[in-house]
Amino acid sequence: MTHQTGPEGGTPAAPAPATPSDTMAPAPHATPPDLGAALSLRGLWKRFGDKVAVRALDLDVPVGSFYGLVGPNGAGKTTTLSMATGLLRPDGGTVHVRGTDLWAHPDAAKATLGILPDGVRLFDRLTGLQLVTYAGLLRGMDRDTVAERAHSLLVAMDLAADAHTYVVDYSAGMTKKIALASAMIHAPRTLVLDEPFEAVDPVSAANIRDILADYVAGGGTVVVSSHVMDLVQRMCDHVAIVGAGQVLAAGTVDEVRGDQTLEDRFVDLVGGRTRAEGLEWLRTS
Amino acid sequence: MVAHFLRLKLTLLGNTLRRSVWQTVGLCFALLYALFVVGSLVIGAIVGGGMNPTVTGHVITLAGAVAVVCWWVVPVFVFGVDQTLDPQRFTTFAIPHRTLVAGLAVAGVVSVPGLATALAAGGSAFAWWREPWLVPVALLGAILGLASCVVGSRAVTTVLAPLLESRRYREVVAVVAIIPLVLIGPAIGWASEEIGAVSRETTDDGVTVSTDGSLLAAVVARFGELVAWTPFGAPWSLAAAVHDGAWGAAASRFAIAVGTIAVLWLIWSRSLAKALVTPPVGGGRGARSKGLGWFGRFPATPVGAVAARCTTYWIRDPRYAAGISIIFLMPVILWLPARSSGNLDVLLLAGPVVAWVLAFGVSNDVGYDYTAFALHVATGTSGRADRWGRALPVLVFGTAVVVLVAVLTLALSGRWDLAAPLLGICLGTLGLALGVSSVASAALVYPVPKPGESPLKSPQGAAMATMLAQTLAMLITVLLALPLVVLGIWAFASGSLLVGWVTLVVGLVEGALLLVLGIRMGARTFDRRAPELLQQVQSFP
Repeated sequence: MTHQTGPEGGTPAAPAPATPSDTMAPAPHATPPDLGAALSLRGLWKRFGDKVAVRALDLDVPVGSFYGLVGPNGAGKTTTLSMATGLLRPDGGTVHVRGTDLWAHPDAAKATLGILPDGVRLFDRLTGLQLVTYAGLLRGMDRDTVAERAHSLLVAMDLAADAHTYVVDYSAGMTKKIALASAMIHAPRTLVLDEPFEAVDPVSAANIRDILADYVAGGGTVVVSSHVMDLVQRMCDHVAIVGAGQVLAAGTVDEVRGDQTLEDRFVDLVGGRTRAEGLEWLRTS
Repeated sequence: MVAHFLRLKLTLLGNTLRRSVWQTVGLCFALLYALFVVGSLVIGAIVGGGMNPTVTGHVITLAGAVAVVCWWVVPVFVFGVDQTLDPQRFTTFAIPHRTLVAGLAVAGVVSVPGLATALAAGGSAFAWWREPWLVPVALLGAILGLASCVVGSRAVTTVLAPLLESRRYREVVAVVAIIPLVLIGPAIGWASEEIGAVSRETTDDGVTVSTDGSLLAAVVARFGELVAWTPFGAPWSLAAAVHDGAWGAAASRFAIAVGTIAVLWLIWSRSLAKALVTPPVGGGRGARSKGLGWFGRFPATPVGAVAARCTTYWIRDPRYAAGISIIFLMPVILWLPARSSGNLDVLLLAGPVVAWVLAFGVSNDVGYDYTAFALHVATGTSGRADRWGRALPVLVFGTAVVVLVAVLTLALSGRWDLAAPLLGICLGTLGLALGVSSVASAALVYPVPKPGESPLKSPQGAAMATMLAQTLAMLITVLLALPLVVLGIWAFASGSLLVGWVTLVVGLVEGALLLVLGIRMGARTFDRRAPELLQQVQSFP
């Protein structure tokens, strides 16, 4: 369904500096957004200065899928997910969340999204319980529901003992978990998680995977980004490989990987493997 | 190796400038301004040196001492030290400790204030142009003076950093700041006695004070002589001592200057070594708080939630402490001049100033949130909830505090007749400044120390943007407050009760109106550009 719209492929330096009007024009063969999909991105563009981070990216995330977004560092995963969740305004293109145009009606669309952004801080002078409560109250929930859900989330995340510790004193893994709890308190229909397993210990990661699997089984949709192929292959049913700001391959995990492992397929598509030559001096014996 | 540090600093500076035209413009203005000030100082020194070398020598000593004190003290309270070359970043590079300290010291001179001080110090040496053999001595003194400026400021901030990063920052700053302020009282008393003594001596000599300003010269001489023996003034007074032929004095002042630098160097080097292996941690370990805190006390709505969070931050985040400490400091600062001049009416300024400082404290609230602000964007928090939530704690607690300060100053000065206009000005200022802040924090964000960072760090290259944004917000506030100020002065001057009551009514109405208007405008801006605000804070260096 989704492949690059430009002819330039893997040579990012090739295109002449396009004016914004060029870049924002919808691709001629653009398919209309899938209004039934949990998340439907069409022709997303984002540039920072001279660098194009995301170029004409299309992606459809079916309802009820556990979707993995993989790509090398700097491929545009975080930029894409930020634009898909209303954190970063795209230069061009559209985002539909179950048929709602996110950038035209951000409030309605954001109400059904739970977001775990990567590389942002938390209000870490609050305790874990206060932070989760804050997220719930900001969503306009009533006090009793917030209290009840906050408690069960903290138990599920194995943070109940640290509920009254300030988040600034949490470890990296605990911080991820409390951020995840804050993203889930309003029972969103779609969870978009950017690098949710980074710095999380194996036991907690397994717990989080169980929580997410239950959530998908109950009809929720999860999008996770990661560069741990193995994890994505085991956990997700759908995957999209992103490179240089475009979707290089997308579909169910089996469709994408064919008869290879996901990791080999990924390396084939993205390229850039180098043999470790010329580092002889590094050998200590 | 030291050259590497210099080049690194220059490269970093160049890269910042490449990123932003405005920063380049800002730096150019700062440089021009500094050059103008330095130029006038040097010309003054040279002209003065031609006319009266002795007095000029004393003036240079005093000015130099003031410069040293400023270098040491100002970073602690106001700007923070330029952390372009944060020593923490060099920990993994196995740089010999001695080289690191030397490199950081030299790089510390490469900044606008550093260069300005260097030029002014060097230029002032040419005050001795009538006796050219003194110029090298003065230059040596200037180098020593510059060294004690730079090394002293680093030593003071490095030693105090762990203190100021801790959660006790608030109390510590309040206490430390009060000590010199408390000493100002006795110091002024002592100084006026000294001046009195000098003037008696001069009058005894039969010199008329008003004609040739010799009283001033005598006062300068007396203080210059004194300061020359302190670590602050010693390096700057070397040439003066040699000029007088007081070789013994010159030698001891040289020893004082070098000794000061050595001690500071040692302190800095030690505390830096310690700081490098104890990276800053976010406050005390494992501190806990019971229950929901303010979240349980404010209503369970988005507005209430934001208000609860902001209240928690005002109390727990050391970066807001400056705003709070001013509440305690303001009356003290005003009390001393008021007492020495015998006119206690000056005290009445405390209320409006506290109101303004508190309201201005939220003018860059989104900048203070840093990327944690993403939560507001992700949850789709409305501009109304965000703006009101941030303004409410200041409004509620600020009103209480401001009224308290106003009543206190009224009681101290005994001017109860001014109660109505004073309250009008205080509450009006609080409301309208809060309105301006609500617009400003949605329209202009600028880098501030990040959460958990030392309030002493001033973010690299941010000074100009900060100054522009603050000046703009301040100008608008002053303009809006103008009618109120005019009414207040009228009430004060005429003593008319009617004008006083009119001031109160105008203050309340204008404050409330501008607050609501500001929050509306801020909310609209916020709704339109919340993602852009987030992108802006994410791009902070």
